[in-house]
Amino acid sequence: MPTLMLNDTALDVDAEGFLQKPEQWNEGIAETMARAAGFPVLTENHWKVIRFMREKYLATGTAPTIRTLGKDSGVDVKTLYQLFPKGPAKLAAKLAGIPKPHGCI
Amino acid sequence: MTMPMPETDTSAEAQPITKVSIIVSKGSLEGIYPGLIMANGARMEGIEVSVFFTFFGMEAVLKGKNEHIKVATVGNPGLHIPTMLGGLPGMSTLVTHMMQKKMEQLDIPPIAEFVQLIADSGATLYACKASVDMFDLEQKDFVDAVDSIITVGDFYGLAAGGQIIFT
Repeated sequence: MPTLMLNDTALDVDAEGFLQKPEQWNEGIAETMARAAGFPVLTENHWKVIRFMREKYLATGTAPTIRTLGKDSGVDVKTLYQLFPKGPAKLAAKLAGIPKPHGCI
Repeated sequence: MTMPMPETDTSAEAQPITKVSIIVSKGSLEGIYPGLIMANGARMEGIEVSVFFTFFGMEAVLKGKNEHIKVATVGNPGLHIPTMLGGLPGMSTLVTHMMQKKMEQLDIPPIAEFVQLIADSGATLYACKASVDMFDLEQKDFVDAVDSIITVGDFYGLAAGGQIIFT
């Protein structure tokens, strides 16, 4: 398993940089990953999505679909894509420190 | 005389797809979903998407119709229901109900909701002018998610520089 050094912490990641052990995550890691992904700041809405993503994954073992994100995260679908233009489901999962979502939806 | 083999351009192989134009041409449940799933999946990858609804594919975006789309139980060998049975009254409704139940479990939205989700995700939806004329329709007959009615020529203009997917 590849290892990524972030904020002086060794993280187990996949080839695309998704954390494989969610317990290695903290908010500082999300911030550092966000800078690397081109986000100058993470707004309260970004955090809403990231926290929701993480809670859902930790509770169910799978990342939520875009439909569930739009319905239950407190941020609607239009806003989700404004926050994460390159795809909210995957990018938010990465910042939330959970493995890459595998669903098609 | 032997013809030289045309050279394959391998430099383009690894280029990521940045734009797709998807055509939805069929009006059954199993005819509509693949295009919608491709469209939603493309947006999820940050790919620019337009969806062009033509012929019976327009059922997916017609007010009052897109909430009642059914699986074709006749002439659909993949279902493994004999044609004579598939034609029995209520068969299509039953199979549709079963499929919708499974889709709900997988968090795949019903067609009307899915169309709106795809539009909200930033895809642009169009209806085909020739089909609109043929079925005597107008913009007001379509759900709000449909941006406009465009010609085939317009479609090719919009599709320029991307991939076209016909479903």
